[in-house]
Amino acid sequence: MSFGDRVLWSGLDLELQPGEFLAVLGPNGVGKSTLLKAVLGQQPLAAGQLLVGGRPPGRGSATVGYVPQQKSMDAATPLRARDLVALGLDGHRWGVPRRSTDARRRVDEALEAVGATGYADAPIGLLSGGEQQRVRIAQALATDPTLLLCDEPLLSLDLRHQRAVSAMIDRRRREHDTAVVFVTHEINPVLDLVDRVLYIAGGRHRVGTPAEVLTSATLSELYRTPVDVLDVRGRIVVVGTQEEPGGCEHHEQHGDTSAEPAASVRRG
Amino acid sequence: MGDLFDYSDYGQLLGLVHNSLIAAALLGLVGGLVGVFVQLRDLQFAVHGISELSFAGAAAALLLGANVALGSVVGSLLAAALIGGLGVRARDRNSVIGVLMPFGLGLGVLFLALYEGRAANKFGLLTGQVVAVDTVRLNWLVGVSIVVLAGMALIWRPLLFVSADPEVAVARGLPAGLLSVGFTLLLGLAVSMAVQVVGALLVLSLLVTPAAAAFRVTASPVLAPVLSVVFAVVSAVGGILLALGGSIPISPFVTTISFVIYLVCRAVSARRVRGGWGHRLPAAAAPTPVPIP
Repeated sequence: MSFGDRVLWSGLDLELQPGEFLAVLGPNGVGKSTLLKAVLGQQPLAAGQLLVGGRPPGRGSATVGYVPQQKSMDAATPLRARDLVALGLDGHRWGVPRRSTDARRRVDEALEAVGATGYADAPIGLLSGGEQQRVRIAQALATDPTLLLCDEPLLSLDLRHQRAVSAMIDRRRREHDTAVVFVTHEINPVLDLVDRVLYIAGGRHRVGTPAEVLTSATLSELYRTPVDVLDVRGRIVVVGTQEEPGGCEHHEQHGDTSAEPAASVRRG
Repeated sequence: MGDLFDYSDYGQLLGLVHNSLIAAALLGLVGGLVGVFVQLRDLQFAVHGISELSFAGAAAALLLGANVALGSVVGSLLAAALIGGLGVRARDRNSVIGVLMPFGLGLGVLFLALYEGRAANKFGLLTGQVVAVDTVRLNWLVGVSIVVLAGMALIWRPLLFVSADPEVAVARGLPAGLLSVGFTLLLGLAVSMAVQVVGALLVLSLLVTPAAAAFRVTASPVLAPVLSVVFAVVSAVGGILLALGGSIPISPFVTTISFVIYLVCRAVSARRVRGGWGHRLPAAAAPTPVPIP
């Protein structure tokens, strides 16, 4: 992946299995969000091949759900929570909306799945950040995607909502085998859920289980500078990166893989 | 005051302004619908900018003896194309508008100064001349409204998606740039209609105020445009009916009605928000974290 002469990352070879939870870590500006844009078909790879469900990424595929960075919606937006979810389902169609009972049922189910039924008819702009983010996940899941892309979905949420939102995403991939790509700079809330980690830094990357990637040796090599990865009461804290002075990252555990890949990138 | 208002021959007057009432109702319908997206996309300043260029176009047509309605449509579309094409980001857009607006106004004033016809024609372009809607002009307004309404019906849903939730809409493959240009052109047409009825200076009262008021009192994507249209039609038609009895132009009536509606909606909204607008069920008022397995 490159912009002009600037290469963000290269040589990435990755296969994502159905139901797998991949966390994408790294400092700001290394191309984490750009990776998601490539998967969404908004950004072509400079070289290599990217397949989603065995096919090149098409723009606006219903098999890919997308949860953007948490951004408060304007208080005067004339949409209720259920309308935002419904737009995720059919907002790309032309004309004036006339929703079938089937579409309404799917919206209700999606809201139910994230525990947002209680405020389904509340104006979206009046919901809290955590509530809005739940609704966004319902919106992304309304089309029943096989791949869920999350771009910093926990940003600016408090710890309780971070845990609730990550648990929702985790349940989805366990129950529906939806593969998850989770871009974050704060892995703590998803520490227990992640199968593999893609760590991008300094134009290079490592893929592996958190235990393999988040070590002093691996990260020192990526950053080309001594980096210490400390285990503080079950959390991993990364010390010594210039981008995040005293910042923390964390990791853990891993899961299993199976059958056909949900998405794959080769030599991107 | 007695000289200003005289409602004694009201029935007779009504017959004379038959065309004007239809024009105002049409304008309310179009303005109320388009206004929803003016509000959602923060285009209030663009509306003002387009109306100044529309005024310049109409003034040029007046000077050249051409069709004033056509002139105002051409001016509007030119402004809409410039604004849509040159400024995609909000800040660029606003500076483009800020540059275009005084230039358009200056041109308009120049054309009017050179024009040697009736003074009422000049003043009308700035502050409205609805009482003088003849059948030819009404046909123009009907034609333009049909184009705008058909266009809005076609792009309504994707435009709503891309305006309220751009990141996800683009991720779902919606052509954000194309929708933006398409809407700006429809907005240009709507503004050119409004310029001919309420005048360039007061276009905002029918394209911005009704939707802003509607957004205060509802979050339903169905009710918001309906209320916006109702408010705009009431302001425009009500303004004419009140203006009939007096010698004052219609615009102060239109603007006052729409402003009062806005104030009422703000008051209603303030009460509702204090009372906990949002209808959360008690159980969900405090979302409980789902335990992590």
